[in-house]
Amino acid sequence: MKAVITVTGRDTTGIIARVSTECAKSGVNILDISQSVMQGEFFAMTMLVDMKNASLSFPEFVDRMNAIGGELGLDVRTMHEDIFNSMHKI
Amino acid sequence: MALLNTHEVLETINMIKDENLDIRTITMGVSLFDCVSDDEDKLCGNVYEKIVSSARDLVSCGEDIEKTYGIPIINKRVSVTPVSLIGGHLSADGYIKLAKTLDRAANALSINFIGGFSALVQKGMSDSARRMISVIPEALSETGLVCSSVNVASTKAGVNMDAIIEMGGAIKRAAYLTKDKNSIACAKLVVFANVPEDNPFMAGAFHGMGEPERVINVGVSGPGVVAAAIDRAGDCSLLELAEIIKKTSFKITRMGQLVAREASQRLGVPFGIVDLSLAPTPAVGDSVAHILENMGLEQTGCPGTTAALAMLNDAVKKGGVMASSSVGGLSGAFIPVSEDAGMIDAVKAGSLTLEKLEAMTAVCSVGIDMVAVPGDVSEAVICGLIADEISIGVANTKTTAVRVIPAYGKRAGDEIDFGGLLGSAPIMKINTISPRRFIERGGRIPAPIHSLKN
Repeated sequence: MKAVITVTGRDTTGIIARVSTECAKSGVNILDISQSVMQGEFFAMTMLVDMKNASLSFPEFVDRMNAIGGELGLDVRTMHEDIFNSMHKI
Repeated sequence: MALLNTHEVLETINMIKDENLDIRTITMGVSLFDCVSDDEDKLCGNVYEKIVSSARDLVSCGEDIEKTYGIPIINKRVSVTPVSLIGGHLSADGYIKLAKTLDRAANALSINFIGGFSALVQKGMSDSARRMISVIPEALSETGLVCSSVNVASTKAGVNMDAIIEMGGAIKRAAYLTKDKNSIACAKLVVFANVPEDNPFMAGAFHGMGEPERVINVGVSGPGVVAAAIDRAGDCSLLELAEIIKKTSFKITRMGQLVAREASQRLGVPFGIVDLSLAPTPAVGDSVAHILENMGLEQTGCPGTTAALAMLNDAVKKGGVMASSSVGGLSGAFIPVSEDAGMIDAVKAGSLTLEKLEAMTAVCSVGIDMVAVPGDVSEAVICGLIADEISIGVANTKTTAVRVIPAYGKRAGDEIDFGGLLGSAPIMKINTISPRRFIERGGRIPAPIHSLKN
């Protein structure tokens, strides 16, 4: 399955590094990434990842990502891509 | 992004994070027809076993889906075949025991409500239904999670006034029996006209007679999302506004369809319907009244409210229908007073009266819902309120319902607090001039004619 990781919050150094390191450690492959900083401080990133070769279950991966969010003080959400597909594609 | 664009992803996240988008309920319908027995203990045993084995994984499955898709699923519930249909020879006490069995099963499953302590008596009352209805107040006051509903009218059968008289009495007694808890039993009791048999929302859910052995029905919510979309639209025309509501409703319902399909697959239970309702909660930013106010009303209840609500309800349905392969249940905007912060404010400010609320129910689902009235209001007045509301449904071929709380010992202007999703209700003023002679004639109001419409 594929999942979408979104990170939003105040911009700091090394957010993408931190998230992608965790992905690599968990065997989660990054397929696409898009990031912007709005109004000079609001950070927004969306990342499409492939869970096919993940070394842990999806709920465990969600927990790990949530932990990073807690650490960095950012809102990190990891969701099955189908929720976005079903809402925005007919 | 390969298939998704960032704007769309962030829009979804924002709906969940800031606009209270959620799946309101996954409700599993379970048929109890094969539990029938002429032995009271055996019947209760069969019912318990059937419910617990059918819905064993419901809560954990709901939690897994919640985690996988990142969308909150607030309630997991079970609805069963109306118990008056399977009770057979059960005595009145036997029905109380059956209610306690349902409660025990609900507790064992960790679900938050079980619906189906119900009867369909639109044309007349079987002895079994009569015994069941006679103990509704006791059943609801001696259990925590059981919900009860009685269908007293339909467009085809007319209005069963004898049943309304029974229900007026049951509501007053339920209020008295739970007087120490703000008459909460009344919040778990609904009187219907044209009741849908696949409704996933409580307190009116039951598993209808034409339903399969088991079924998954999902109720979506999202008043906050609609309110925010209207707010962003600014000063546009009503046609444009209708389009915005339709598009938003489509998106919300697609989410419900996804969750319903997923739950159905994981549990191995057929998918029934998505109920595309706008169901408010007492939380700030989750109010149907605030949608109406964002549409341009100074406060809900003012002239223009019925028109705005009619438009909202219609647009929600138009948008939602295309988003799901099967739509059912109540499907429309809910206007429960106690569960909606904007409605509560409108009542307190004197903008929204019971009479205006009644008019509003003619154009939306469901009816006089979670309305608290003074505890000393007479049974005849309660019956009159029910008869009025039910007649709106019968004449307009739509579902209407009454969930009224004559809060024991309270007066107009007081407030009662149920906590949680049931919220808190200001006690509303009600016209106490008596319809007693009309009600006590009993019998039935004949079914309405369906030609010569005007």
